[in-house]
Amino acid sequence: MDTRLEEKVIAGEEKAEPEKNLSKIKQIKKRLSKSMDAKKPDLDESYYMASQWQLMGRRFKKHKLAKYSLIVLGLFYFGALFAGFLAPQGLVSYDAKFTNCPPTKIHFIDDQGKFHLTPFVYAIKSERDPETYRKGFIEDKSKIYPIRFFSRSVEYKFWGLIKTDIHLFNVEDPGKIFLFGTDSMGRDLYSRILHGSRISLSVGFVGVFISLILGIIIGGISGYFGGLTDTVIQRIIEILRSFPTIPLWMALSAAIPPEIPVVHMYFYITIILSFLGWTTLARVVRSKFMSMKEEDYIMAARVAGCSTTRIIASHMVPGFMSYIIINMTLAIPQMIIAETSLSFLGLGIRSPATSWGVLLQEAQQIQNVALYPWLLIPLLFVVVTVLSFNFLGDGLRDAADPYK
Amino acid sequence: MFEYILKRFLIMIPTVIIISIISFWVIQLPPGDFVSTYAAQAAQEGEVLDTAELREMREVYGLNDSFFTQYRKWISGIIFRGDFGFSFQWNKKVSDLIMSRMGLTLMVSLTTMLFTYLVSIPIGIYGATHQYSFGDYLTAFIGFIGTATPNFLLAIICMYFAFRYFGSPMMGLFSPEFAHAPWSIAKFFDLMKHMIIPIVVIGTAGTCGLIRVMRGQLLDEIKKQYVITARAKGVGEKTLLYKYPVRASLNPIVSTIGWSLTAIFSGSTITAIVLNLPTQGPLLYGALLSQDMYLAGGLLFILTTLTVIGTLLSDVLLAWLDPRIRLGKDEA
Repeated sequence: MDTRLEEKVIAGEEKAEPEKNLSKIKQIKKRLSKSMDAKKPDLDESYYMASQWQLMGRRFKKHKLAKYSLIVLGLFYFGALFAGFLAPQGLVSYDAKFTNCPPTKIHFIDDQGKFHLTPFVYAIKSERDPETYRKGFIEDKSKIYPIRFFSRSVEYKFWGLIKTDIHLFNVEDPGKIFLFGTDSMGRDLYSRILHGSRISLSVGFVGVFISLILGIIIGGISGYFGGLTDTVIQRIIEILRSFPTIPLWMALSAAIPPEIPVVHMYFYITIILSFLGWTTLARVVRSKFMSMKEEDYIMAARVAGCSTTRIIASHMVPGFMSYIIINMTLAIPQMIIAETSLSFLGLGIRSPATSWGVLLQEAQQIQNVALYPWLLIPLLFVVVTVLSFNFLGDGLRDAADPYK
Repeated sequence: MFEYILKRFLIMIPTVIIISIISFWVIQLPPGDFVSTYAAQAAQEGEVLDTAELREMREVYGLNDSFFTQYRKWISGIIFRGDFGFSFQWNKKVSDLIMSRMGLTLMVSLTTMLFTYLVSIPIGIYGATHQYSFGDYLTAFIGFIGTATPNFLLAIICMYFAFRYFGSPMMGLFSPEFAHAPWSIAKFFDLMKHMIIPIVVIGTAGTCGLIRVMRGQLLDEIKKQYVITARAKGVGEKTLLYKYPVRASLNPIVSTIGWSLTAIFSGSTITAIVLNLPTQGPLLYGALLSQDMYLAGGLLFILTTLTVIGTLLSDVLLAWLDPRIRLGKDEA
């Protein structure tokens, strides 16, 4: 602010005594612009002309952690969209010969030290431990199976529309590739994580979307009308919030009849998750409505004869949209955790449908985890996703804060 | 002060009534009633009940009545006789089952809460007084991971490491040799040993959240004029910090005690299932899996009512700490 003020003063002087001070003024201007450059390198004309959203975009890009989180999430969602293509096995494919098989190692250099241009895997041989008689697997180095890209195997429907059997990679029969190992039924964990990500990653979005609609309507009514309506709605929100979330979710999802189709089950779960989720969003909307109602420009719109709907839709909603988006970003990971917890307990998504929580069910027995630690890999995906959403929300919050 | 407490207490009554209605609604929610569940169980054991018998049973239990008649019976049983209904899975009274688990549930929850506050408040103060230092960044980083990891995953990881390095996954609250033994000092130490993992697992998420709140509040408070005035007058740094800003920034933490109780009940449920603790978690889980709905509804009702009582206590505590609140309320 100070520098700009000074500039104006200098500019005024410039008009009054042009010849005398011209060179001096130029020097000062140069120095000023230099020091400004040093402080904020992008304070050029486009900065002052930029819209609110463009400004947010700029600030967001500076938040490195949030930027990387966005990239990671982008990759995960890409994986979920193209799960059928990226996974070498289908959702229910299994191989009873390879149960609890550890992750397959991918090699470039073979036993003789020869370098192969395409990566390859060795054959997997099952062997019993001579002491414990437990079944284990070792690499059979005499047989080599190169990885084939765009190979054909299990048939699947691409986005439920196009029937195809092309997968990104696989090895020729009878070779096997299990990037993350297999579970107790011999199902490829890597493929199942990809297939499961569809439910795990979308449940947050659908749940938050339902919560958002409820939250905006109820919170909006509460904040706009105030008075008795507000008191009643706030009491209801308080009561719902005093329920411990997980026990209530468990009780509600236990009431879902077990034999219904997967799609119905999915929607029941998202509705159950939104049953408590809307309260947070409704509170945010209400408090924003309350503070905005008093703003001069809303008063001006009302005096100008705008209808209530118009005031809400075109004057108030854009004003707090950024807060809503941030709160949604922070609510999604909570929904993901909730779904994972419910499915982990067997009260959420049930097989044959798969989510990351369902995959973690086998990790419930500590003996399983101790013997087959790769069963914990889905956990890594849950934690990374949740962390990324949290960082993203933090980055968005910083970007949307006009006082920074 | 007394008037304020009375007012808060009177507001609590409709809240508890609505909670009981929701809990009862949850009991009624599953398709079929407990007579059909009972019939299914009987069929599994090879005994076939004919429809007349089932109708008679429904008549006896009043299952053909309307929702509100049934609700009235249920709630009057609770209020006047402390009778929460009957658990078919356990063949016991629900109230006995709940009572047998509530002691340890409350103990685990309250110890966790104590742990949460004892850890988070000092770290929060450190973070605010040493802003942008290495320790501040480190706690922020751990805090992020702590909030991002779901409770049950943390429990699995802890169990895995306990199993790996101590040879025992540290499940349950007692070692087998102490499970049914009378209370003694050895049993108490055994309990303490087994409490470490549950407390850390349940408390982590809450601790991380509280650290952030405490740090943020204290940072806001430190910048205020009165702190500068006090410093200018020559009050020592330590006295200054603990006498005024720390006390002022404790307010929002006290006011959210009720919520953190909700979070602890919620987190302890799933952690207790994974770690197989003898608290309400596995009881609720088993009740839900076998559709033993009176037990499930009763537990849900008790847990929520306890949270409401916790909120009431925190409100009273807050009013006692901060006169602005009780005076403000009295005017309104």
